[in-house]
Amino acid sequence: MTTLDRPSTTPGSTPRSGIAGVPLALEPLTRKDFTSDQEVRWCPGCGDYAVLAAFQGFMPELGIKKENTIIVSGIGCSSRFPYYVDSYGMHSIHGRATAIATGVATAREDAAVFVITGDGDALSIGGNHLIHILRRNVNVTILLFNNRIYGLTKGQYSPTSEIGKVTKSTPLGSLDNPFNPVSLALGAEATFVARTIDSDRKHLTSVLRAAAAHRGTSLVEIYQNCPIFNDNAFDALKDPSTSADAIIPLVHGEPIRFGTDERLGVVRDAATGEFSVVEVSEVGVEALVVHDAHLQDPSYAFGLSRLTDAGVLHRAPIGIFRDVSAPAYDDLAREQVALASASGGADDDALQSLINGGDTWTVG
Amino acid sequence: MKQVHTLDRVVIRFAGDSGDGMQLTGDRFTADSAVFGNDISTLPNFPAEIRAPAGTLPGVSSFQLHFANYDIMTPGDRPDVLVAMNPAALKANIADLPRGGVIIADTADFTKRNLAKVGYAANPLEDDSLADYQVHALDLTGMTVEAVKPFGLSRKDASRAKNMFALGLLSWLYHRPTEGTLAFLTRKFATKPDIRDANVTAFKTGYAFGETTEVFAVRYEVAPAPMPAGRYRQINGNTALALGLVAAARKADLPLFLGAYPITPASDVLHELSKYKRFGVTTFQAEDEIAGVGAALGASFAGHLGVTTSSGPGIALKQETIGLAVMTELPLVVVDVQRAGPSTGMPTKTEQSDLLQVMYGRNGEAPVPVLAAQSPSDCFDTAVEAVRIAVKYRTPVMLLSDGYIANGAEPWHVPDLSAIAPIDPQFATESNGVDAKGEPMFLPYLRDPETLARPWAKPGTDGLQHRIGGIEKAKDTGAVSYDPANHDQMVRTRQAKIDGIVRDIPDLVVDDPADADGNTARVLVLGWGSTYGPVTAAVRRVRNGGRLVAQTHLRHLNPFPGNLGEVLRAYDRVIVPEMNLGQLAMMLRAKYLVDVHSYSRVRGLPISLSELARDLDAEIDALSGGDPDLEPSPDPADELTTLSTEGVPA
Repeated sequence: MTTLDRPSTTPGSTPRSGIAGVPLALEPLTRKDFTSDQEVRWCPGCGDYAVLAAFQGFMPELGIKKENTIIVSGIGCSSRFPYYVDSYGMHSIHGRATAIATGVATAREDAAVFVITGDGDALSIGGNHLIHILRRNVNVTILLFNNRIYGLTKGQYSPTSEIGKVTKSTPLGSLDNPFNPVSLALGAEATFVARTIDSDRKHLTSVLRAAAAHRGTSLVEIYQNCPIFNDNAFDALKDPSTSADAIIPLVHGEPIRFGTDERLGVVRDAATGEFSVVEVSEVGVEALVVHDAHLQDPSYAFGLSRLTDAGVLHRAPIGIFRDVSAPAYDDLAREQVALASASGGADDDALQSLINGGDTWTVG
Repeated sequence: MKQVHTLDRVVIRFAGDSGDGMQLTGDRFTADSAVFGNDISTLPNFPAEIRAPAGTLPGVSSFQLHFANYDIMTPGDRPDVLVAMNPAALKANIADLPRGGVIIADTADFTKRNLAKVGYAANPLEDDSLADYQVHALDLTGMTVEAVKPFGLSRKDASRAKNMFALGLLSWLYHRPTEGTLAFLTRKFATKPDIRDANVTAFKTGYAFGETTEVFAVRYEVAPAPMPAGRYRQINGNTALALGLVAAARKADLPLFLGAYPITPASDVLHELSKYKRFGVTTFQAEDEIAGVGAALGASFAGHLGVTTSSGPGIALKQETIGLAVMTELPLVVVDVQRAGPSTGMPTKTEQSDLLQVMYGRNGEAPVPVLAAQSPSDCFDTAVEAVRIAVKYRTPVMLLSDGYIANGAEPWHVPDLSAIAPIDPQFATESNGVDAKGEPMFLPYLRDPETLARPWAKPGTDGLQHRIGGIEKAKDTGAVSYDPANHDQMVRTRQAKIDGIVRDIPDLVVDDPADADGNTARVLVLGWGSTYGPVTAAVRRVRNGGRLVAQTHLRHLNPFPGNLGEVLRAYDRVIVPEMNLGQLAMMLRAKYLVDVHSYSRVRGLPISLSELARDLDAEIDALSGGDPDLEPSPDPADELTTLSTEGVPA
């Protein structure tokens, strides 16, 4: 079989912004411009409110026209999100938002495309589409609201629930091993993977900023509290008395260091590549890992993601795990069409001769 | 001096192992016959396995070609000539060959081992078991290997050119032009000069062998068929369908976005469209069927022409998304190239058993227009019409083809692009309502009063931001609504929109020629989709036998043409031949309360015209109480063998 180089893989090309090609607003927009006339209908205290507010507050910062913003969601509580933003939007069907967004993004270079999804939507029924949008690196920003439970169907365990979770469908405890969404995304060689928390508006906004700037698929896992069916799931990270020891902050170029008085840090075993949390006083600051989100090898970020508790959450890295530049599928697909069109022979006469075909004969 | 006999029509079946190149051989013979001016109809028949075990019955691949000096409707029920490259090919096909038929067999593969593999105790070429046929046992492989010796190929590579030797021989026997195949071989093997030369040499040697050997005392001529003046090409259904989609997208001035997942027998539409990028075609090979239709719907939302192509099992997976397209009222073309089911069924064999699936296979009340193509070239026109309806009515449209017309070929009077009417997407450009404060607003579900179509607003259009989705919509505003009366109204409105497409559908025309006494038929045969060819041929035969029979054919399965009920009620008996267990018959009975008779065949093959003609005879006779003067409809009148006609010395 023959293989050809992709047109855009020529060395030396500079990465484009995630919103390159999207027309800019003629005048500055505000949060209100991104607010629709629909009444928001999540449960009181739902973490989704905070994410919506952060999103609406952040969007004007991009400076793009709101009519060139397209939000696609699947099914689940968080997937109601598009109704509340005054942009173009589609509240689609369970698990398929990433597939639909692939068509949207490939069709429209001039649109900023967002996917709103949850742990059930993205990782259970939509797991296949998620890994494929990530491997293709379609220019879409995915906000994955992870509350570790099924909310809309009233409280069954989800693919991110800890083992042994007692729910309506698992009265004797759930049996299956959960996904770590960040590990999964990195396994698919996602080019931008981050994790943030619904209640930390500042951090959430900073992650959204970086995700929108990234060209290709950006996966942002948002730890989101469901006060009805899985309350306090992320308390260790949110409670001021425990958060310092629970949040492992990932800041590009900084040593990974945390805990009260920054007494804890992350080191990597040179032989196995495994990461572990140590007392800084025992190893010295020089031994700590200096976070590099731009490493091409995804196994580094994958290793970091394994510091997340799989069971009840006591500790997790928060921040941008990976942010590397790679060609985006939709750019390449448009380039193939553009190159083919530019080579000429695309007018009506050319189409007529295509229809005529090579071997014709004439009667009469 | 060889004698030349003139024939009206010939059916040849090339049969061999899947690796013997029978499809290519048949394709070339077809192309040469088409260029020569014969009418043609073809039936490729191949196993789903890429290479079933060599020499076995499941591994037999065949290609049947019917060519004639008049307009023919089918590839023929039974071949006049069987080319058998091995014992399995002979065994698998001999039952279809009428007595007196010609067998050309390659003796090289009739070894003890190969004979035993398919259960021949003795070599049928050497005993008298084929005494009823005209057998030409020739060492095609041996002669090929000998002829291509100068090119220094291995015996294996050399023997692979045996199909071209056979093609050369048949080309001589039937007076086919050779330039096309020679040019084709030169093109195909341009980068492999030794293979090219071997194939060209094998082809020429086969031709010369016919000329010089004593084996064939007669060669045959089939004159060109009279056809309307114009430019022609040979076309198969999948290519015609792809071209139709591209032409329609051009007429609508919309970029075409295909989301598809490979599946037999629809993959060739994906392959074809992938070659047309220069016409603004984007093809997306998705991770699965669901993503294929999902991406297509996303592209439609984004203002492109979304298309997805598949076959039955893939359509089953797409149905939820098609339901979303019904709800979001976006243009989308869904192509179902049907194959034998259920489940995996017989992927390379044809059937029409997805009609009820595409009509009713979604949750909720989810009406979708359904069109069916009736022949390979008709796939072009059907594709254009599917796009026209999808765009005008903002709806997914189901386009039914099937394996028979997808792979079958016929001559095509090439359409003039400029004669196809433009399709206006009529994108919304401004607000169409006012809100409570009197401010202009966009109502995404405010409908056109005539078509009931909603506005299609392309993202990026200022002021028309809106949200759509699978949840029930409030009338006009499209906001989420659980209001009982609103739901009732929306369900009925979506149905009324699809029903209203009938205004764009021409009334059904019935072909019912009166006899000399002015009598017309009491029996109507009503077909749909790819049964058009066999049904038309059977009707011709019945009429040639002196009986009266009316014929009509449905392209529009939803909505039906407005006069269909009237047509059905005008006949004492309506017979509906289908390659399923009576799916259209059920729809007709349900809608019109007419006692239509289902004629059902599910053999993975097109309906046999001679069998259908015989059964129509019986139905007609039973209804009329039987006319003792009438013989069964004669076989040779139109589609059957006319091997011996006037002999003319060349």
